Parts: sequence; C-alpha cells; structure tokens
Amino acid sequence: MFSKLLHKQGRWLVLAVPYVWLLLFFLVPFLIVFKISLSSPELAMPPYSNMFLHDGSTVQIVLNFENYLALFRDSLYLNSYLQSLEMAAISTLICLVIGYPLAWVIAHSEPKLRNILLMLVVLPSWTSSLLRIYAWMNILNTNGPFNDVLLALGIISEPLELLHTNTAVYIGIVYNYLPFMVLPLYSAIMKLDHTLIEAAADLGARPLKVITSVVLPLTKSGIIAGSMLVFIPAVGEFMIPELLGGPDNLLIGRVLWQEFFNNRDWPLASAVATTMLLLLVLPMLLFQRSQNEELRAEKK
Amino acid sequence: MKRMHIKKLSWLRLSVLAGSFAFLYLPIVILVIYSFNDSRLVTVWGGWSVRWYGELFHDSMIMQSVGLSLFIAVCAASAAVMLGTASAFALARFGRFSGLNGFAFMNSAPLVMPEVITGLSLLLLFVAMGEVFGWPQNRGTSTIWIAHVTLCTAYVTVVVCARLREFDKTLEEAAMDLGARPLKVFFVITLPLITPAIAAGWLLAFTLSLDDLVIASFVSGPNASTLPMVVFGSVRQGVNPKFNALATIFIAIVSLAAFFAGLLVASRDRRDAQVRAAMKKREAEARQAAQP
Repeated sequence: MFSKLLHKQGRWLVLAVPYVWLLLFFLVPFLIVFKISLSSPELAMPPYSNMFLHDGSTVQIVLNFENYLALFRDSLYLNSYLQSLEMAAISTLICLVIGYPLAWVIAHSEPKLRNILLMLVVLPSWTSSLLRIYAWMNILNTNGPFNDVLLALGIISEPLELLHTNTAVYIGIVYNYLPFMVLPLYSAIMKLDHTLIEAAADLGARPLKVITSVVLPLTKSGIIAGSMLVFIPAVGEFMIPELLGGPDNLLIGRVLWQEFFNNRDWPLASAVATTMLLLLVLPMLLFQRSQNEELRAEKK
Repeated sequence: MKRMHIKKLSWLRLSVLAGSFAFLYLPIVILVIYSFNDSRLVTVWGGWSVRWYGELFHDSMIMQSVGLSLFIAVCAASAAVMLGTASAFALARFGRFSGLNGFAFMNSAPLVMPEVITGLSLLLLFVAMGEVFGWPQNRGTSTIWIAHVTLCTAYVTVVVCARLREFDKTLEEAAMDLGARPLKVFFVITLPLITPAIAAGWLLAFTLSLDDLVIASFVSGPNASTLPMVVFGSVRQGVNPKFNALATIFIAIVSLAAFFAGLLVASRDRRDAQVRAAMKKREAEARQAAQP
C-alpha cells in the first residue's frame, strides 16, 4: 500500500518538474508577449505602458491595438513577412532537393559505411553555426576563394558580388539546415518496404511513376518532418540574413531584432512576434502530427 | 548490360555523395587553411603562420567570454539532462494521461521555434518577474542559464525518448515483478541502458548552449557577454582572421570527440555482436541437448 502510494507520488514528481518548468519558461512567456503587444511604448524602464490603470476603486484595462494596425499600415512589415515566407519556402525546397538523394544514397549504403556517412552529415552542426556562417562570409567575398576559382576557370571575367545578397542568404540557410532535413528523410527511407518498389516496377510502372506514387507517399512523414524542421526556424532566422544578406534584405527575424534593440519599441516587437507565431501555428501543428505518427508507427 | 547499369548507378551515387560532402565540408576546410594565413587580409595568402592563434589567446575579451560560455554550457547541459530525462520518461512510460498532448507539444515546439521569439518572450518574462517578485533584478548568467536549460531540455527529451522506446520494456517489467521498487528499477535497469543516450543528450545540449547567439543576446544583461555575442559583435564589422583560428580550434575539438565516440560505438557494436553470437551458440547447444 505504502509503496504503491510512493510509486504514484514518484510518477507525479517525474512529470511535474519538467511540466512546471516548461509551463513557466515556455508557455507563460508567450502570454506575456501577447499582453505587451497590446500596450503602448513609453520612455521608461521597462519601456511599455501599464495595461491596468488603478483609479481609486476601479481598475481600467487599456488595450492598444495600434501595434497590430501599424503592421498592416506600413508595407515594410507586410513585405518582410512575405519575403520571409518566400525565402524559407524556397530554402526548404532546395534542402529537400539536395537532401533527398543524399539520404537515399546513405540509406542504401552498406551498414558500416551508413553510420559513418550519417555522422559526417551531422558533424558540421556540432561546431558553432555562427562560425560556419562566418566561413561563408570569407568564401563569398568579392575577392574570396569562390570568385578566385571561377575567375581562374574562366567562367566569369569579373568577380561576382555575392556577399550581402539574397543568394548568399539562401546558401547560408541551406548550408545551416541541411542536416535537419537529411536525418528525418533518412529514417523514413530506412523504413521503406522495398518489395513495394519492386512490385510496382514488376507491374510495369515507369521509374518516375514509381517515385511519385510509391516512394514519395511512403516517405511522406520524413518529408514533412524535415521540411518543418527547416521551414519554421528559417522564417524567423536572424543571424544568417544579418551576416550574409544585404541591408535591403529585411526578413522578419531581423525586423523584430531592430524594433527591439535599435528602436527599443518593445510593444511593436511583441506584436511582430505574436503575428509570426500565428503564421507558424499551422506548420508547427503539422510538425507535431508527423512526430506523433512516427511514434504510433513505432509502437505497432 | 546489367553490370553497366549498376556501374552507372554507383557513379550517380558517388557524385551525390561527393557533391553533398563537398558543399558541407569545403567551407570548413577553407576556414582551417586560412586560419594559418600570415596575411591580415583574409583573402590574400601571405604564407603559413600561427600568429592569429597567438592574437586569439591574447584577446582578453574573447578569453573571458569563453570562460563564461563554457560555465553556462556545462550548467545548462547538466540541468537539461535531468529535466529532459524526466520528460522523456513521462512521455515514453506513463501511457496516456490528461495533458499529454499539451506536454508533448511543449516538448517538441522549442525544437523549431524561431530563436527571436523564444529570446524576446523569455526576456519579457524575466522583466515581468523582476517587477512582481523582485527577481531577477539584473539579467546575466542566471537568466541565460534558464533560457538555455529550456531550449536544451527539448533536445535531450527527443534523444532519450528515442532510446527509451527502442529498448525492451520486459526487462523493467521483470524486475518489477520480482519486487524491485520503481526507483530501484530505474537506477539498476533503466539508467544503465539509457546512459549512452543521456551522454549524447548532454553533449548536444552543451554544444547548443555554447552556440546560441540570439536567445542569449535577448536575455543577457550588460555584464555578461557569451562567446557568440562577442564574436558576432566583431564579425558584424567585417571578417577578422582571429575567428578563423577560433573556428579551427572548435573544429579540432569536435572532430576529436567524434572520432573517440565513433571508436566507442564500434567497440560496443563488436561486443554486442560477440554476445549475440555466444547466445546463439548456447541456444543451439541447448536445442541439441534437448533432442533425444
């Protein structure tokens, strides 16, 4: 009896500690962001107005929707949301196009080689991502190695302006997030039943048909998980556009940073964050569902 | 004809591997080579030299931030491993409970959440806490630690949870049936089996914390600058060969760690194979003995 009670209490404790931690430091902060996005900026510390006004016996709640209206009124914000979504989507697609063949080849190598190759894919992400993006700043420089090679080969006659362009941002995002695409794809391809491919081929399906109607649908969970692991963080990426992009490249992560650090407009930064979060709710639920499906498939 | 087909395929495979790994590793190789470049201009080769390593070690601001970053990373990884293991255990072993979906979501959302959102929201929480509870008055090491623990816990949970689902639950059940208390089962059976995953989770958390720029920039105060914050502040102004040297040191440490981890895994696999072979042999012997 006593041990059972202890067991139950222990269970409760194991769950409660991380639960409370995540509630306090992950969920509650978003509520605060939302609250502050409805206040107005003030020259004070902290630089936002108090939402609750005490007036003797009554408490007034003042909500300020101005920050959200500003997001729609000023085309800068709308453009940067669109640009962020576009760049994240294209980067995800490039990662998929590079990552799928790579994951496929690794999954079809000998078991011993497979582990080494997989480790080689992951290894770069164990070193600092800041320093790896810094490496690309060196390479893409107007008189850096990339232009030197192209000039030496005679492909171009004048050095290309690559650093501080959108091309550089694409290269940076794809480079940084490629491993996150390859890993879920790899585990989906490993689970693929190869007799189905043979069956489709035996029944006369052409290679392209086999790919589109057998291989891709069966590895769908990996494609979704990988794409979301790239797309969602890429939408809010700050460091890569800041270091590799031009001054006109205003991705939403950068806008939020500038509103917060340069303009010290915390309420507006909060509104930017809330809107970004709303945009990302759907992809995040998609990611969560693909994770759950993975678990259910494993349990069978 | 058939052989040609295979040859063509393997040529295609080889080019996929060569292309992908060239993309992943050429920047790193170039960085390492240029770290030994004597010239101040990053793009001009001035002969081999280690002067940038010397300058790096004499830069007191960088060295101080390395100390702070390592301290925060060790503390954050250690706490994240405890929280993450508890989370993983609840997710993998407790079956369905009310609030499971919310709990699972809070455990996986930090993996993809854009850093600027996490950073801003945690900062606003700390400011609000400071106003209501009087703590934290000053942001710095402790607030970065909390932020990193929150971020890293999600990663540890994924790694440990995968391992918990992988291994045979019957071992735990057998121990339970034999009358072992849950806590004893955990420490004697479960913990040794998931130790490799916990170690991997710790290392992952450690590198994540060491690498984080955005979240730390939001939640830090004026007196605490982590290594990525210092590097970012000066890289923003332009390239400096010092950071090639810093990156090379990073790469060397990670490569060495990966090499030893690989050796460890290989020796464990060999041992597992030996055990399996011995068990098979014993089984065969037993079957033979049972036959009349």
